[in-house]
Amino acid sequence: MCEALNFDPAPCPEPAAGACIPMHHAFFFHGETLHLRPSGALFWPARNLLAVSDLHLGKSERLARRGGTLLPPYETQATLEKLDRELEMTDASAVICLGDSFDDSEAANGLDEDCRLWLTRLIAGRDWTWITGNHDPGPIEIGGTHRAELRLAPFTFRHIADPNEMAEISGHYHPKARLAGQSRPSFLVDAARLILPAFGVYTGGLRSDDPALVTLMAKDALAVLTGSRALAIPMPR
Amino acid sequence: MTTLPAALSDWFAANGWTLHPHQQDMLARANDPATLLIAPTGGGKTLAGFLPTLAELGAAPPSGLHTLYVSPLKALTADIRRNLGRPIEGAGLKIRVEDRTGDTSYTQRRRQRADPPHILLTTPESLALLLSYEDAPRIFAGLQRVIVDEIHALAESKRGDQLTLQLARLQSLNPSLRRIGLSATVENPPALARFLSPDTTILQADPGPDPDISMLETDAPPPWSGGGGRYAIPAILNEITRHKTTLIFHNTRAQAELFFHDLWLQNTQDLPIGIHHGSLSREQRERVEQAMTAGALRAVVCTGSLDLGIDWGDVDLVIQVGAPKNVKRLVQRIGRANHRYNAPSKALLVPANRFEVVECQAALDAVCAHTLDGEPRGPGPRDVLCQHILATACAGPFDADQLYAEIITAGPYALLTKPEFDACLDFVATGGYALKAYDRWQRLKSTNGKWHLRDSRSAALIRQNLGTIIDIETLKVRLRNHGTPLGEVEESFAATLTPGDTFLIGGQIVRYEGLREMTVEVSRTPGRDPKVAVFNGTKFATSTLLADRILEIFQADSWPDLPAHTAQWLALQRKVSRLPEPHSLLLESFPHDGREHLVVYGFAGRNAQQTLGLLLTKQMESQGLAPLGFVATDYATLIWGLDPVTDPAPLFDPDTLRQGLEIWLSGNAVMKRTFRATAIIAGLIERSHQGRRKTGRQATFSSDILYDTLRKYDPDHLLLQITREEALRGLIDFSRIEALLARVKNRIDLKRLSRVTPLAAPLFFEPGRIPVHGTGRDRLASAEAQTLMEAAGLA
Repeated sequence: MCEALNFDPAPCPEPAAGACIPMHHAFFFHGETLHLRPSGALFWPARNLLAVSDLHLGKSERLARRGGTLLPPYETQATLEKLDRELEMTDASAVICLGDSFDDSEAANGLDEDCRLWLTRLIAGRDWTWITGNHDPGPIEIGGTHRAELRLAPFTFRHIADPNEMAEISGHYHPKARLAGQSRPSFLVDAARLILPAFGVYTGGLRSDDPALVTLMAKDALAVLTGSRALAIPMPR
Repeated sequence: MTTLPAALSDWFAANGWTLHPHQQDMLARANDPATLLIAPTGGGKTLAGFLPTLAELGAAPPSGLHTLYVSPLKALTADIRRNLGRPIEGAGLKIRVEDRTGDTSYTQRRRQRADPPHILLTTPESLALLLSYEDAPRIFAGLQRVIVDEIHALAESKRGDQLTLQLARLQSLNPSLRRIGLSATVENPPALARFLSPDTTILQADPGPDPDISMLETDAPPPWSGGGGRYAIPAILNEITRHKTTLIFHNTRAQAELFFHDLWLQNTQDLPIGIHHGSLSREQRERVEQAMTAGALRAVVCTGSLDLGIDWGDVDLVIQVGAPKNVKRLVQRIGRANHRYNAPSKALLVPANRFEVVECQAALDAVCAHTLDGEPRGPGPRDVLCQHILATACAGPFDADQLYAEIITAGPYALLTKPEFDACLDFVATGGYALKAYDRWQRLKSTNGKWHLRDSRSAALIRQNLGTIIDIETLKVRLRNHGTPLGEVEESFAATLTPGDTFLIGGQIVRYEGLREMTVEVSRTPGRDPKVAVFNGTKFATSTLLADRILEIFQADSWPDLPAHTAQWLALQRKVSRLPEPHSLLLESFPHDGREHLVVYGFAGRNAQQTLGLLLTKQMESQGLAPLGFVATDYATLIWGLDPVTDPAPLFDPDTLRQGLEIWLSGNAVMKRTFRATAIIAGLIERSHQGRRKTGRQATFSSDILYDTLRKYDPDHLLLQITREEALRGLIDFSRIEALLARVKNRIDLKRLSRVTPLAAPLFFEPGRIPVHGTGRDRLASAEAQTLMEAAGLA
């Protein structure tokens, strides 16, 4: 239950001149303090754990392989850069990727050497869990543990939300919400569940007023928008 | 000299038709490789174009495609089929004429590929598709002639650039192919001639008498703002009753719809009046065209879809509603009236608001003085070339050197260098990225010196995306619970709405309630100021010629030629502020509705004024003035924000502006919009087809992300180069800003006022507002989030 909600500015590690100060949204969820970060990552300070969802690494390669267009092949690099920055800022020792980390199994294996090394470096020394998604069902030939879902009391981490579950943290929907004329990737949160936005760079979004999300989320759900700072609003429906 | 078949000559004689001198000339030049005929509307231009074909095909033509006719409009192909049918059937000639457009049925199209008619009437897009089939060489084997109708209109857009590449392709397939271009009056015939072919001869027909043109006088004065000209409906109905057939032109489809709706409400005599524009279904358009041909309609409300060619002989009045923006197009529209050679055309201008009264007056003066406007286009755009290379690969393997040699025969691409061509080929084949990521998954591969598709199945996808027309995606607007459609808004506009926002559509103020099944649902809210206005689609920039003439009119002591209401308005502006002048730049600053406003009367045309808005808001942002957004018209830019501008000189420093341009080019909405169009044309992203878009998150990932990624990781990428070129010459139009700064030098006059001025007021109703995403918006977003949380009892 959202027992308390407040805006808790996190200190900026490197206050760049004129740059916006990243600010997360901290709240209690089933007795634990969680930070919803402006990047779309979730940080759980008590466990020093970072969770991200829907990286969709290798998306441009998959499209090319299927004879489609040749998108700028930089999204894996861009997404890893983003993830690297988050790990550096939070100094997390545990990471959970909530599924659809790779656009498909072949994309995971087709990762270029630089990106593979980079990912290996990120994984090294961390307790890293890959949750299976609908895009990347098979085991991945890269470090870390692979799970269909993960229970870390009091939470259950999985890819797609189960409407009957409590204290659940998931991804899959790529939710986004609108505020003051802007649409941004958003966390959705109610008493039962927390849904993470897509962390990957080449990912679209599903509006929070889509029937799938309106049915799933309780009436008093909040949307926490990502961007230059995390902003909580009643979930637009 | 080529002679007509006897049966046809007899039929002409029996029907009292005699050939005009320029029609005779076309027959005489039948064997020239390329001829550009410039003739006024009503001069039998199209028939002139087809006479050599009819002569060559004769009474018993051999089978196979002989002549390809390309027009910019689907409506035109149907019309030509009918008009050509009369003499052909009348004379009993065995010539098959068929059209082929996006409206043609699948079975018909299949049959045409297997067994082409003698004369095929088509559009550049359908031709692109035909040329992309593997059997293109067979379909076009034996092609003798190609006729490009309304070539002056095609030459102004990428559709024309694409067509010249297709002509080059056809010429390679048939080296003896002869080209004919048919054009209305243009300002630079030799440029158009080169566009058609390297060796074109120009044939100029007698231009005919001057038109009879004036401004429509109405009892009610035009409104202060807005478009549509609905105030003039009683006077327009009166004109319709006094003429046989009237064409009523509007600048946008939405305005045509609204006008038509209101026209019928006041049409107490039940005059048969129809509507015609590009958003209507094929059936609807055809019904109107047929009724018109049969003489069953007294008037047609229309848009640019009837700008060109439809030959409706009985039209005796053209009414232009809204400012014409461009004298050349006005002259061509006027030509719709009286499709009889050597009879003056009659036309009336209906300004939609006070400002347009001045522009209409300026246009009338220009028409009388025979001055035409027109800005030369730059070299052929490379995104079109990329698409052409892809389409060529769909048809079969090609040799790069041969293709390059072919392409530089096309007028717009004559100066294309080999490295430029190679860069386009590389983009199409590998993506052209600095990071060579697609070695295994290239789109095109080279085998034994020939380029071909890696995966032949990708041809279907490429064909689906052919063409250079980029549709603005629109959503229908309906009244909640009534289902009454009010019109359409651009999807990008709909995305900025939050429930509770009010906006203007269909002349009424509505409240946004929500989005349901791809429809914007609204309710009526009488009496409130609309919070935001509506995007209206294509906008033409007022030409320099017209803008200069308007500034000239402003300098008069009084305005006896203008209607009294407009003269009074200008006088009032002069009293409370001042009127813009040619040799200084007028700025007005005033508070309104809780926001600070700045108006920049640059008269540089819509695109340049928009760029000015982007550059100035950037400067204002860095000065901490928290701009929130702006809107541009052809004459002025209105900027609103949280704090007032007090010292404008640093904002307009040319060096700062130029520097700002470079920095700003990186991340602005105009560049992103330009990039999207370029990326679609060049084949990087797929067109979103009606019904397939926004079905789930997979479809919604936007081109903006690609733009940002390329900017960051591959700033020299070909598509960014093209985007920059495009934006600079089209949407950004920086040259007109530089011309403006040169004109005014350092003379910048800032008037601080307590309220909105007469000249500024109409700007508040302008569609196409562009938000500025800066600190001002963050300030507002935080405040709004706080309010929402408080309202929900959470903060």
